[in-house]
Amino acid sequence: MSATTATAQAVRLGPVSGRLRWRSVLVPLTTGVVLVLVSALSLGRGDFPIGVGDVLRTLVGLGDPSQAFVLLELRAPRIVVGALVGTALGLAGALFQTFARNPLASPDVLGITQGASVGAVAAIVLAGGGGPAGALLGGLGVPVAALAGALLAGSLLLALTWRSGIDGYRLVLVGIALWSAAAALTDWLLTRADITDAAAAYVWITGSLNARTWDHALPLLGTLAVVLPLALATSRVLGVLQFGDDTARGLGVRLPLAQTVVVLLAVVAVAVAVAASGPVTFVALVVPQIAVRLTGGSRPPLLASALLGAVLVVGADLAARTALPQALPVGILTAVLGAPYLLWLLVRGRRRTT
Amino acid sequence: MTQVLHRPPVRTGPVRLAAERVRLAYDDRVVVDDLDLELTEGSFTAIVGPNGCGKSTLLRALGRLMRPQAGRVLLDGRAIARTPTREVARVLGLLPQTPTAPEGLTVADLVARGRHPHQSWLRQWSRDDEAVVAEALAWTDLSDLADRPVDELSGGQRQRAWISMALAQGTDLLLLDEPTTYLDLSHQIDVLDLVFRLHADRGRTVVVVLHDLNLAARYAQRLVAMKDGALVASGTPAEVLTERLLADVFDLEARVIPDPVAGTPMVVPVRRLR
Repeated sequence: MSATTATAQAVRLGPVSGRLRWRSVLVPLTTGVVLVLVSALSLGRGDFPIGVGDVLRTLVGLGDPSQAFVLLELRAPRIVVGALVGTALGLAGALFQTFARNPLASPDVLGITQGASVGAVAAIVLAGGGGPAGALLGGLGVPVAALAGALLAGSLLLALTWRSGIDGYRLVLVGIALWSAAAALTDWLLTRADITDAAAAYVWITGSLNARTWDHALPLLGTLAVVLPLALATSRVLGVLQFGDDTARGLGVRLPLAQTVVVLLAVVAVAVAVAASGPVTFVALVVPQIAVRLTGGSRPPLLASALLGAVLVVGADLAARTALPQALPVGILTAVLGAPYLLWLLVRGRRRTT
Repeated sequence: MTQVLHRPPVRTGPVRLAAERVRLAYDDRVVVDDLDLELTEGSFTAIVGPNGCGKSTLLRALGRLMRPQAGRVLLDGRAIARTPTREVARVLGLLPQTPTAPEGLTVADLVARGRHPHQSWLRQWSRDDEAVVAEALAWTDLSDLADRPVDELSGGQRQRAWISMALAQGTDLLLLDEPTTYLDLSHQIDVLDLVFRLHADRGRTVVVVLHDLNLAARYAQRLVAMKDGALVASGTPAEVLTERLLADVFDLEARVIPDPVAGTPMVVPVRRLR
């Protein structure tokens, strides 16, 4: 039995026209609702529990002031940063996977998050050790150092892959090489560090939303406000890029330009996300694969991947803070929650086709 | 030595696509050198030649997938390298050898992608697009399979789907690189019948790279034979497919007899020379 595929509905309004599948509308909508509910639930949980009703009332400006302070100043930044990080990672994963025509192509595998780790760990470890490099990195601060590391890794990835265009296969190979080089560099820095620096660096490497403030959220929000619409605008071209270079060019795509734009958007999204929270692993790898199985179709949907990423990170953070006896960094939980779900979808998918 | 047998091409209209003294190379390795070729409106041309003679490379250059190191390719008299990709894609469609469709993509979606050069961010699915795609599906006999994933189709059906996409692209010119590869004989005939109808019923100018000489002779108006990156012979199948040329170009001793069905030349191999 083959899976039934919902036929697309033509939508036309004046000069604007497009095609919509009900699942590709329903999945982002449902995910959006789930995101709001999980966020509200997460906002309410903590040392001073607040019910979901009160949380929602406060969010629309009808709650009492003391609750408003706890929710908006203490808890909201953490959840907003989590949601934005998830959005950026889900989006970047979908862009990379579609572009490379390879579900393994995620910023974790391509070395970009490892690049951020090198930057952050260097800032933590060398700032303590003194010297000119330490003074410079210490002055930058961990988030900026991480951002620089990720952007540097992303630029190297682009430059080393480029051969009058970007080949998706080559991208993955170059990315894996960068990943191992960056991982070795991180390990080397960690072995040189004293024990407290190493512990701080280790927590950062795991990815954490602890003690995030609006200062972490705003740069992320600003960047995503630009990157997300641009990425959604590339969707039409991505649909053709996934056919391979010759076919895409034959259909009138300006290949080098389109490829560069897609890779740059993904690199920037990952860099700002990792700078804000540390490398929350697995989100960019698993979320697009979950999204494509929920919506059907041939490639990871961008908007649904972004929203599902947000749900996964916020949900994992909620679980890490409440369900477990000891609060764990969110990065551990995203893998623990995401992996079984993907496995379940894969197993179910195979059963359906055989 | 190969003997050059340039014959005047069958002139049916203005030249749509031309190669002028092109040299094509992968880095330092020159594959095609100093080659001239003119393709006229409404013609059906098959490029034949032994493996590695540069015929696919030539097709890539004609389709703007590859930039010549020297010389130029002209589309309607204009240098194709300087024409915007999108404009080219509205006039010239191409089907690469063994194209790949992503897993899960339906036939209808594949064919709909053919409309890409005619669409914009705002206008992604006009009534025109819808009508053209429906017509392309019907014309290639794929309407019933429209909602099936391409990866579940048989080889022959899959090739029909790609031709259907090229049809939906609505280009006057169509370049196909070995469209019958990996197909059994009856599906080869099926695909070539379809391509022939594009030429005969739809007035498309068709250039196809083919391995099978007998099929090339049966379907094409004009054969272009290549060897070692040079154009060796060009003309009607009867003019090109001679025992002499088969020996020179393919190192093949063969008899050429009339095809009992179509009357076109038919190659019956005897043995490989050298």
